[in-house]
Amino acid sequence: MKEVPLTIRPFGEKAVLVEWPNEVKESILNDILAFVKAFTNEYQSEWELVPAYNSVTMIWLSAVKLDFDYAKAQVLGIHKNNTQPIQNERFLWKLPVCYDTEFGIDLLETAESLGLSEDELIKQHTSQEYIVFGIGFLPGFMYLGGLPETLQLARRKAPRLHVEKGSVGLAGKQTGIYPQDSPGGWNIIGNCPIPVFDASKEKPCFISAGDKIQFQSISKAEHDLRKIESDIGIYNIEKTPLDA
Amino acid sequence: MLKFLKSGFYTTLQDFGRFGYRNIGVPVSGVMDEVSVKKANVLLENREEDAVLEITMTGPTLLFESPTYICLSGAHMSPTLNNEPIENYKVIKVESGDILSYGKLESGFRAYLAVKGGFRGNRILGSHSQYYPVTPKKCFKDADEVPYSPIKHYESIISELKLEDHLKKLNVDVFKGPEFSILTDAHLELLFSKVFTISKENNRMAYQLTEEIGTHSHSIVTSGTLPGTVQLTPAGRLIILMKDGQTTGGYPRVLQLSDKSISILAQKKFGDMVSFKLV
Repeated sequence: MKEVPLTIRPFGEKAVLVEWPNEVKESILNDILAFVKAFTNEYQSEWELVPAYNSVTMIWLSAVKLDFDYAKAQVLGIHKNNTQPIQNERFLWKLPVCYDTEFGIDLLETAESLGLSEDELIKQHTSQEYIVFGIGFLPGFMYLGGLPETLQLARRKAPRLHVEKGSVGLAGKQTGIYPQDSPGGWNIIGNCPIPVFDASKEKPCFISAGDKIQFQSISKAEHDLRKIESDIGIYNIEKTPLDA
Repeated sequence: MLKFLKSGFYTTLQDFGRFGYRNIGVPVSGVMDEVSVKKANVLLENREEDAVLEITMTGPTLLFESPTYICLSGAHMSPTLNNEPIENYKVIKVESGDILSYGKLESGFRAYLAVKGGFRGNRILGSHSQYYPVTPKKCFKDADEVPYSPIKHYESIISELKLEDHLKKLNVDVFKGPEFSILTDAHLELLFSKVFTISKENNRMAYQLTEEIGTHSHSIVTSGTLPGTVQLTPAGRLIILMKDGQTTGGYPRVLQLSDKSISILAQKKFGDMVSFKLV
């Protein structure tokens, strides 16, 4: 059934890298997520799977030596026979962002570089649905696709040593949220008061690869309120099922 | 309880890692030098992966508040128990009130303290390993405490191990990484003939090497990375990801260290040497 050609290669002694065609496309992501779902159902105790864009890194968890040929057969078996669409429930998450210049410390400069008014920048940033191509790099860091070309600009020449948790930034073709305080070179245009990663929750990251994100502009007063709610563990996030 | 009278430079609680959360960007963490830790835990008849203290460069001063048996391993850091020198890879009885402290770093970079039954405490996302922001703190501070179960008497089967020491090994075994094929003949020549120096940028996340092997202009779509993945930056710098390393990355992954080689590298510090051997 499946026409998508996979490349399957060993990645050291304990992992296998499975690659889909080298394109950043939603249809490829969907095929990957369907594969991850089916593979995990079958072999969850043996493997840990990390999907990102057009690849899945499969990490062998057993103490027994990894047999690459056995792994390859498992992958091909699942991929070939898996004709079902994605069974995971996927959501569109509306994440509140305050674009006040208290948080959006680069908003004015960024708008000027892009040749947009601040309101126009915010309007464009909030009107788009971004797809989550993977979560990686740091706990809860989302790789989002779908940033309009009109909002694409280079990262800052000198990275900052400290970027506040929740900062929303633009860099090249990417937009996203800093899940923790960290160094960083993105142009910071706002702040999301809801933590995308919380180790104390049963599901530390409520967003999954394949979900979509839309930002919603909120006032500073609302940001402060949502921040207080988040600190005590209450998140009221608007979500809509995608495949309904 | 084990009490930190002084925390040392960078001391953490580690087991063999946090599995099952790399798809949300949580690094696996765990002890940097598994080889040394397995030996200490085996001597105490613990499980291989029981939680130990990982002690980096300058050791802490520790007060035992109840009796137990300990085993030290990894780097040689001139440890003393109540001011009497003690050795690695020996099962040692400690009493309530005993003080373990460390002195000069003689060889290696990371020492381990294992305790009979393993250190206790809360697991977060399935692991004891400290990694901020998954755990509230990145390492121990003065006056911190870590629990263990008191044991008054234990008869060890083997009380001492004499073992091949991996602390001073120069060579690390590597496999070809996913993007090995981007390397030119000039890259390959340098990569496998040169002896590289560990740069100042070395920690539980990654080890950067000082010498560069030549530029390249290949970019890859962000993809998974592992402990032991050797990345090549466009400037020609080699970055070896370690246990707290990022779960995905965008630099070409030219080599992958064997598991045992991660333990060898984990014992190297700024200025030490390493060379790669393709297996």
